Amino acid sequence: MKRRGIILLGAVVLLLPLLLPNAFYYDLAIRMAINAVVVLGLNLLIGFAGQISLGHAGFFGIGAYASAILPTQFGWHPLAAIAAGATAAALLAALVAKPIFRLRGHYLAMATLGLGIVIAIVLKNESAYTGGPDGMTVPPLVLFGHELSGEKPWYWVFAANLMFSVWACSNLMDSPFGRALRALHGSEVASQGAGVDVARYKMAIFVFSAFFASIMGSLAAHYVGFVTPNVADFSHSIELVTMVVVGGMASVLGSVVGAVLLTALPQALATFEGWETVAFGLILVLFMIALPRGLVPALAARFARRR
Amino acid sequence: MALLEVQELSKAFGGVMAVQQVSFRVDAGIVYSVIGPNGAGKTTLFNLITGVYAPCSGEIRLDGCTISGQAPHLLARKGIARTFQNLQICMNMTARENVMVGAHLALDCNLLRGMLRWPALRRADAAQSAEAAALMRYVGLDDYIDSAAAAMPYGALKRLEIARALAARPRIVFLDEPAAGLNPKETGQIDVLVRKIADSGVTVVLVEHDMKMVMNISDRILVLDYGKKVAEGTAREVRRNPAVIAAYLGAAA
Repeated sequence: MKRRGIILLGAVVLLLPLLLPNAFYYDLAIRMAINAVVVLGLNLLIGFAGQISLGHAGFFGIGAYASAILPTQFGWHPLAAIAAGATAAALLAALVAKPIFRLRGHYLAMATLGLGIVIAIVLKNESAYTGGPDGMTVPPLVLFGHELSGEKPWYWVFAANLMFSVWACSNLMDSPFGRALRALHGSEVASQGAGVDVARYKMAIFVFSAFFASIMGSLAAHYVGFVTPNVADFSHSIELVTMVVVGGMASVLGSVVGAVLLTALPQALATFEGWETVAFGLILVLFMIALPRGLVPALAARFARRR
Repeated sequence: MALLEVQELSKAFGGVMAVQQVSFRVDAGIVYSVIGPNGAGKTTLFNLITGVYAPCSGEIRLDGCTISGQAPHLLARKGIARTFQNLQICMNMTARENVMVGAHLALDCNLLRGMLRWPALRRADAAQSAEAAALMRYVGLDDYIDSAAAAMPYGALKRLEIARALAARPRIVFLDEPAAGLNPKETGQIDVLVRKIADSGVTVVLVEHDMKMVMNISDRILVLDYGKKVAEGTAREVRRNPAVIAAYLGAAA
């Protein structure tokens, strides 16, 4: 079932360019893929491990700005900047993980929310480096002497990235590490009794998903060629969490579906002129009432029952 | 030397002395039961030994080494496994996965190797999956091997807890009311199962309310009342002990 889903997704990703009429749709597909990978990393934390993060865009922002600042102001190679950004995001996550994961539920949500806001404020205010609220340009990504530019090459970069992430996350959740993570979500005392070091596992997955988000932030910044502090914004964090919830908690394919739908929806609603946010909110509410477990798990369950 | 030694163990919650100066020893390979009226401190005693609570005073030794106050996940490494009175099954997983979680410490939990489907990790995991299925048959869950935990009835979940505890290959397993809420037939099956576990060489410490079951299968029994040790001995000794009768039926005025 899971393997078939991944193969199906691979086929869609391979064939999609045949259907994309112009650069606008390529751009949309790319943004879907970027969101999908970040949401996937976030779903490991929220859906599988049961720990909320409302500040995940902060880590995305760290990656984006590392790729903007380090090459332009310090002459770093873009790849080194991506690695540095991801390492910084991971270190920050590890540093705050210990105090943060003493908290649960609403308190954990508040703490991660605060973390995201702090990152966004730093990016906005350190204008000597970040260009402040106006943002700054990001140099192009050079790989093996080739400059990556244009939607088509980027599409394949993000497509490969997405497919690898889906495959890897799906493996991970089926491995002893992933089982321990799901177990601590199901019952913390029981998993402790089985020898799972709960604090360590929560920290590991938080660090890992921050690392994930930072790398995607970097790549997205290179692709767009420009960053503003908005990428680290609270609203971006909420968007990511919404994608997790709509697609389906603890569902690898659900992450992709959630990201695709919620990236496309605002475009589809653009004709409502001014009412699109209302329509967007209404659709979300209806979704949560009809399919509280998220799209993919609900459909999978309905499918299984029919057979 | 006894496998488990508990010495003058005490635990207070605020002003309530849940466990007071309790001492006992459990020899390897036996079924040792802890009984007592509701609120006698049985589950607190279990939680102290398995590291859920830290004792206020006293000492717990496993095989001569002090283990009091250590975290549960560290005690698991020393061969302690347990089940829970109120079920602690991971409902977000399948029954078999729940059992495999029990074998957590025997498996390669590396994140990167897990992501990349490392061949050695996959092989070990597949072997563990087969072993989990075998364990489920051992506890009588033949029909539920590929079920989702959330789809299983209460009685089956009780057994699933036991299978998960055994998956850790423990030296000593603590069963907290394995027969609570079961009908007489199911209780009889648990009875047989507990004996089978003890005969396989795993020491069993049991908290149970079902007196028939306790008297049947226990090699030794510890009786608690208001957190204090009232009596200890074989089933026959305990049954005749006036202090035990007083605790259960009330003392004659």
